[in-house]
Amino acid sequence: MSLLQLENLSVTFGNFRAVDNISYKVEEGEVLGIVGESGSGKSVSSLSIMGLIDFPGKVSADQLSFDGQDLLAMPEKQRRKLTGSEIAMIFQDPMTSLNPCFTVGYQIIEALKTHQGGSKKELKIRAIELLTQVGIPAPESRLDNYPHQLSGGMSQRVMIAMSIACNPRLLIADEPTTALDVTIQAQIIDLLIDLQREKQMGLVLITHDLALVAEVAHRVIVMYAGQIVESGPASEVFSTPKHPYTQALLASLPESAAGKARLEALPGVVPGQYDRPLGCLLSPRCPYATDYCRKVEPANQGDLDRQVKCHTPLDREGRPAA
Amino acid sequence: MNQSDSRLILKAEDLKQHYRVKQGFFKPEAVVKAVDGISFNLEKGKTLAVVGESGCGKSTLGRMLTMIETPTEGKLAHLGEDLLALSADAQAKLRQKIQIIFQNPYGSLNPRKKIGAILEEPLVINTKLSKAERKEKALSIMAKVGLKTEHYDRYPHMFSGGQRQRIAIARGLMLDPNVIVADEPVSALDVSVQAQVLNLMMDLQEEFGLSYVFISHDLSVVEHIADDVMVMYLGKVVEQGTREQLFENPKHPYTLALLSSTPQLSPEKRRTRIKLEGELPSPLNPPSGCAFHGRCSYANDRCSSETPMLRLDSEENQEQGHLIACHAVEENRIESLVEGAA
Repeated sequence: MSLLQLENLSVTFGNFRAVDNISYKVEEGEVLGIVGESGSGKSVSSLSIMGLIDFPGKVSADQLSFDGQDLLAMPEKQRRKLTGSEIAMIFQDPMTSLNPCFTVGYQIIEALKTHQGGSKKELKIRAIELLTQVGIPAPESRLDNYPHQLSGGMSQRVMIAMSIACNPRLLIADEPTTALDVTIQAQIIDLLIDLQREKQMGLVLITHDLALVAEVAHRVIVMYAGQIVESGPASEVFSTPKHPYTQALLASLPESAAGKARLEALPGVVPGQYDRPLGCLLSPRCPYATDYCRKVEPANQGDLDRQVKCHTPLDREGRPAA
Repeated sequence: MNQSDSRLILKAEDLKQHYRVKQGFFKPEAVVKAVDGISFNLEKGKTLAVVGESGCGKSTLGRMLTMIETPTEGKLAHLGEDLLALSADAQAKLRQKIQIIFQNPYGSLNPRKKIGAILEEPLVINTKLSKAERKEKALSIMAKVGLKTEHYDRYPHMFSGGQRQRIAIARGLMLDPNVIVADEPVSALDVSVQAQVLNLMMDLQEEFGLSYVFISHDLSVVEHIADDVMVMYLGKVVEQGTREQLFENPKHPYTLALLSSTPQLSPEKRRTRIKLEGELPSPLNPPSGCAFHGRCSYANDRCSSETPMLRLDSEENQEQGHLIACHAVEENRIESLVEGAA
């Protein structure tokens, strides 16, 4: 049984589908990377797993289960017990996701108290232990600090400490390093991966940094305009992409252009609420699009391990199949 | 020598920006050395990239080059004329030739003005062109950066991030500058849009013979667009050289660490990760000696007491000017590591 299983999950805001029938699963001890540009529904899909989509947003799915338990069917109270302890999340901007009015120690202990309880003294010891685990020097003195006294990297470490406080089995990290410098990013990613290995957590790493995902993820999901366009083992997706969008994303990275040559930019932008095309959503930007693509939406091809949503998936040489 | 002089657009010599900071009523004022002694030459049609982590002074440098802030010390010459010695009037004239593009296209465009008004504002202030002439000029520049005529009457909120950055670039081009300071122009954009904007910048460079000072923290972008690269750490340059020198033969431990921390798509290109402990120290209380010694694995006593000077790399051809500020490099203490990383 998979740790997390999604089947045809959709999130709608009024008439707008932010997430459109996505299916994937996460196994225990697996790092799943979700990549895509802004507006592709990466964050919204993960918020829906946490149950953080508020009115007017609506979540519907054929299946959304964690460890065999149906998250959508269970009572609200029981779900709240799961989220925060068994399923935890790290948000993008550490500076704004910590409450500026409370000390770091208070905020970590709050999570522990809600889910596990214990005496004041025990909780404090546990909080210090957590801060040590995430590599914060002199953790005792840091407990009484307010978030504004911490740097970006430190704040993100505190966020990680909070999220692993209750030994979650699934950790969702939504752009955990986007706001940080490269050397700090390397530290934080190393820390996350070390913790993931040590605790055998499932880790969902959401990012727009393709190279980062290529380095750490086992499997990758590429999202475009709310849909999963390609998924598969990281090494395969990046070496032989089957979807034209994945191919174009990789080609537009500066590191894939030789010398000072022009980059192969994908023209246009991700469609928004009012300019969604008929048929395949990529068709206005896709270099291989045919009239058929512009009329009929392609179905997912292949099994859940290696999927592509395209009428003419690319072959090993990167050319569309006839 | 003379020929290279005539191509020289911008020459900075020992630029410094020191801020005085009040720490409290009874405490003495502290000095933050945001930029501490930076020199470079920028030639016509070339791109100088400034790389470093946040807080290293790269944006302050950009603000000094555009004269938004006056350097506390140093010389800044534009086509041989010293910008700092000129009268205010003459300065204003010269300033038109050095324009800036800011990082966040969502914050740098006035939401209450139409695109046309945003683009024409520099012309209203600096030239005596008539309304019709201004519009004509704005439309011609808009066409150059890939905006359509109908965009002239729209407001910034109607545009996507990539298009806004095109507008910001168009505004920078309105006064026919020869230097553009681009302060993280693509870091707020998605990869596919980032590629579009980078292509546009390279096309414009070719067409107008622009020189760029490209401020960025993204090494893969820098490797693509730069001719010369300057790596900054806590207000000082630690390594400076051509793109080839810096990316193929990096010497300074900080440059090596930066390169190894940048994620790479292809497994062959990945370098052995050099772990950096800790974070950028506070510029209010910089470490003695080499500012990097607290995080450097090759630091010794000399590093913590004596500040290293920028010196030419002894091994290479001296003409090419690969500058490094590191005692360990001078003393050949990290030779083994360079081979290991390559």
